[in-house]
Amino acid sequence: MNDPYRQDPALLRGMTQRRLGRRDAFRLAGLSAAGLALAACGVQGKGTTRPSSSAQAQSEVEKFWSGKTKNGHVDFANWPLYMDPKQPELKQFTQQTGITVNYKEVILEMPSWFAKIQPQLAAGQSIDYDLMVVTNGLHFDQLVQLGYLAPLDHSKLPNFAANAAPEYKNESFDPGNVYSIPWASGMTGIAYNPKYVDTPPTSMADLWNPKYKGKVGMMSDSQEIANFGLFAIGVDPDKSTEADWEKAAAKLQEQRDAGIVRKYYDQAYTDPLAKGDIWLTMAWSGDVFQKNVSDGTDLKFVVPQEGGTIWTDNMTIPKTATNPVDAIMLMDFFYDVNIAAHLAEYINYVTPVPAAKDVIAADAAKATGDDKKLLEEVASSPLVFPSEQDSARLRNYVNFKTPQEQKKFESIFQAITTS
Amino acid sequence: MSRLRASLTPYLLLFPGTLWLAIFFVIPTVVMLSLSLQSGDVVNGYAFTFNWHSYVDGIGTYHDQIIRSLVYGVISTVIQIVIGFPVAYWIAFKGGTRKSVYLFLLLLPFLVSFVLRTISWQFFLSDNGMLLGPLKSLGLVPEDFHILATSAAVIGGLAYNFLPFMILPMYVALERIDPRVLEAAQDLYASKVQTFLRVVLPLSLPGVFAGVLMTFVPATSDYVNASVLGGTSNTMIGNVIQNQFLVNQDYPTASALSFTLMALLLVGIFAYAKALGTEDVLEVAAR
Repeated sequence: MNDPYRQDPALLRGMTQRRLGRRDAFRLAGLSAAGLALAACGVQGKGTTRPSSSAQAQSEVEKFWSGKTKNGHVDFANWPLYMDPKQPELKQFTQQTGITVNYKEVILEMPSWFAKIQPQLAAGQSIDYDLMVVTNGLHFDQLVQLGYLAPLDHSKLPNFAANAAPEYKNESFDPGNVYSIPWASGMTGIAYNPKYVDTPPTSMADLWNPKYKGKVGMMSDSQEIANFGLFAIGVDPDKSTEADWEKAAAKLQEQRDAGIVRKYYDQAYTDPLAKGDIWLTMAWSGDVFQKNVSDGTDLKFVVPQEGGTIWTDNMTIPKTATNPVDAIMLMDFFYDVNIAAHLAEYINYVTPVPAAKDVIAADAAKATGDDKKLLEEVASSPLVFPSEQDSARLRNYVNFKTPQEQKKFESIFQAITTS
Repeated sequence: MSRLRASLTPYLLLFPGTLWLAIFFVIPTVVMLSLSLQSGDVVNGYAFTFNWHSYVDGIGTYHDQIIRSLVYGVISTVIQIVIGFPVAYWIAFKGGTRKSVYLFLLLLPFLVSFVLRTISWQFFLSDNGMLLGPLKSLGLVPEDFHILATSAAVIGGLAYNFLPFMILPMYVALERIDPRVLEAAQDLYASKVQTFLRVVLPLSLPGVFAGVLMTFVPATSDYVNASVLGGTSNTMIGNVIQNQFLVNQDYPTASALSFTLMALLLVGIFAYAKALGTEDVLEVAAR
């Protein structure tokens, strides 16, 4: 190499250094050998199964709840924007029962929340929360399989028994509500910004329309995007097979290759939608409504004709909770019709208490001005009380029989979202 | 007794640092190396099985993202040198008594969190945002032009976010140059250009080297910029690793990819050091 600065003394002074000796290299090698020796440390897991009979379930319930008493306090972990910030429901609960509630909006997404609590739960330690809201899906299943959730004592849930809609009493991810009762449900459909989209989208085909090249948002979550791919090829996710997944993935790849997709979003899609970076996108029902209320935007949400996804966020009690009795009282409190109504008025997700509709309508009749309009909107909102027509088109996430199957599924769809 | 104390002193002084490194670097690294060779799943646990497949499969599936990350890292580092060197030079030689003010101004944006800064870029660069909105209404750029969701946005974000870590070491190296050396160069009839090329530049190289070390490594493994500013084809290896760890809970593949990245970065740094002629990398970086 003919470098003009090579002969320069100043350069030499700045750059000549001691060589990395052979002995140093050996020392490094020795260190890594020691590492391998230490490497026996595995990660513990422990698979358990759901109780197979009601007698077994009952005995597990008794085993967990015997000797547990009301302590007068409960720590509640929830997602952001899932309750009026003034927390009127919780104040009422404290007034009625004397139990204080420490409410924290600490759950931002399931994967990181699971990663955060898993080590403590594995060690049998308290996670500092007695009640947490968990979305159905992979992580919910794992919490159950790892035996981290307390079996619920339904004798302590009279409101739930009386007021919950029948479909919430036998959900596929937790039949018989052994470990969970719903907090709220939501739909995944298409949101669009009417400022840029003239003809309201009605079907999946709109997400594949070359007219919207580079202006379509899709979700990066495998289960979410897979369902849309499956709807697009006309397959019911509940009945889908691996061959269907491949076909759906090919359809999604086609959309990607045509440059139609702007980005695969984890959750921050409402801002770009409002700003016009994207014109239409996969979206969660409540997000759209809340964005409109908080920022005065005029975004729209539709369930496409082929179908949309329904998911449920569920109240659960970790097995290591220090105040489980207080927690289960609070769970049941949210199934009081009035409380459920007030909650739905604020959060605008699907409420598991159908009778709440009449309460909201009655509230609307009493209210005046803007409040009246807002409440009437909520009572008639298909996002909170989905029409039968919508409900018939809603499907769950794809269910897996084995971990291998799920791994296959993830790799098929992540090849699209993370390349 | 006092001699014993004297001979122990260096070890005692080293003790906190060593302990820190042992707990927060060596142990996690060993655990991660171990994890990368394990197999299993979260529910049934992981066991050490010399599972080299996690490396083979990980690199096989994600080599594009690895290469993309290295390319982004190199380009953003070069941009930082080009932007940063004149700034460091100017502050060191023309800053006068206000040097510390300029350095403070340089660091001021960094009192805001990394993620927020990147998100504010997202606002600034959005399709109808502060930058492109007026340009589009003036008809200077086509209506469907966008900066976000391109490689340029991600590389720009990387260059912006790590710039002070490039400028500061270069400033330190330049600031330390004895003015008498420059006078000597002039006395020996060197022109300004010659003085710069043959005196200032070589003396500043250790600073450039340290700067590259401090920016290239985090830029290559970054995942925030790609996820906030990038689009469908800008996924970096950091995003993949994060996804494997948290979403897929495939700890072996995630660890294997982390180790692969670490190995590539180390090889890159040593090759770079070799090319510059500085072989004891750590010593240079420490100065």
